[in-house]
Amino acid sequence: MSQIDNPVQNLKTELEQMFQMVSTQLSKAKDALTGFDKDLAREVVQIEKRVNGQELQIDRIAENFIALYSPVAIDLRFVLAVLKINNNLERIGDIAEGISKYINESAVPFDAKLMEESNVIPMFEAAMRMLEETKMAFEKEDTSIARKIFKSDDYLDHINIEAINCLTEGMKNDPSKITDALYIISIIRKLERIGDQLKNIAEEIIFYIEAKVLKHAKLK
Amino acid sequence: MALQFIYAIVGRKKLSGNFMSYKLTADNINVWYGNYHALKDITVRIRPNTVTAFIGPSGCGKSTFLRLINRMNDYIDGFRMDGQILIDEKNIYSKRVRVEELRKEVGMVFQKPNPFPKTIFDNVVYGLTIRGVNNKRILEEACESSLRQAALWDEVKDDLKKSALALSGGQQQRLCIARTLAVKPTVILMDEPASSLDPISTAKIEELISELKQHYTIIIVTHNMQQAARISDRTAFFYLGELIEFDSTVNIFTAPKESKTQSYITGRFG
Repeated sequence: MSQIDNPVQNLKTELEQMFQMVSTQLSKAKDALTGFDKDLAREVVQIEKRVNGQELQIDRIAENFIALYSPVAIDLRFVLAVLKINNNLERIGDIAEGISKYINESAVPFDAKLMEESNVIPMFEAAMRMLEETKMAFEKEDTSIARKIFKSDDYLDHINIEAINCLTEGMKNDPSKITDALYIISIIRKLERIGDQLKNIAEEIIFYIEAKVLKHAKLK
Repeated sequence: MALQFIYAIVGRKKLSGNFMSYKLTADNINVWYGNYHALKDITVRIRPNTVTAFIGPSGCGKSTFLRLINRMNDYIDGFRMDGQILIDEKNIYSKRVRVEELRKEVGMVFQKPNPFPKTIFDNVVYGLTIRGVNNKRILEEACESSLRQAALWDEVKDDLKKSALALSGGQQQRLCIARTLAVKPTVILMDEPASSLDPISTAKIEELISELKQHYTIIIVTHNMQQAARISDRTAFFYLGELIEFDSTVNIFTAPKESKTQSYITGRFG
């Protein structure tokens, strides 16, 4: 192991911890939504503080790495990717916190029929699977796994469109369910944004390993 | 000019139009010192008014290749070269080439500053005086022009009669560059020109190199990869006598194609 491998491995470990914290947040947010569990929802909000702290720590370590080691080539691409992935994960944490706040705001559980028809829980589970795959792609430095994320995001986008249509119909048919429908639409929109963040992370993984820039590219 | 005159006499080798865009071309260069095969099948093309950096571990052949360009290896016992090196389309190893004229065209700056034990003025104009230039006005103009180009004029203009040996290390190195410039080369070779200097002097030399490339073609051997990244347009990585990769400096330091290049520049070599 050369001298530069130690800080690289350290950064990798810190980011893997960030992945794990955000994964835990998402998992608890899903369970909180499924069971309308306000205590679990409050836990997600508490974890968010630690996620923010971890983000700042990773930024600091990355800054020191650049200052002290003047990285080039793959090491430079790695630290640039880490900074972006760090930011993307923090945003996913924000989204999980946002979903949990909806649960705390609502006095009663969301309408079960709307929840089922909108596929919000399967969408949540799909987003969680995407996060696990993205984490694996990063840990194993495997760009073939990273490339699968793009297809998974298409699936989330598809559920998003169908869910919005279904919930819109639901609101027209029964105005008493408008409040619940709006909450569920907001949750679905947030889940769709998680997919976008994970897609960005996949692009960064491919960038640092293959030196290919896929951001804004039509074909991936 | 003298070099062009000599080549006009011996005739020019007709080359394809593509060569017109290169200042220096080296094709299939192999070098031996006795039985030791020091350079293996090197081909390089260098455009005019660029800075090219040669990097690689000690003993890789980068200084050997550099010294081919002004034929400094000619003096080494057992030296033998195959291949062809052209500057401005002319074969510098042609038997009719006068090496003294070549070294006017191709100047060299060494790792350790080597001012002569003479005055600053005499150091700068030395190359002109040994060629028979003795007009005082011409020598003074050449001295000022060269010292200005070397970013040293303001520091020494009030005492050109001072001994060059009294200057600081960084000033001595800039004096050596001025001395090289006085004979109006078109190519400047630099073999680790800043490695014995402090960081401030190094920064001045690097700034100077960036300015000089507007008028000269510069090739620099350096062990300092950050320096190569800062000042060169293209970088050649040598290893065990081979040219492993030669590309724009940006490409070499962001996404090198060869794994050996990546290992070397990221400090993972060996």
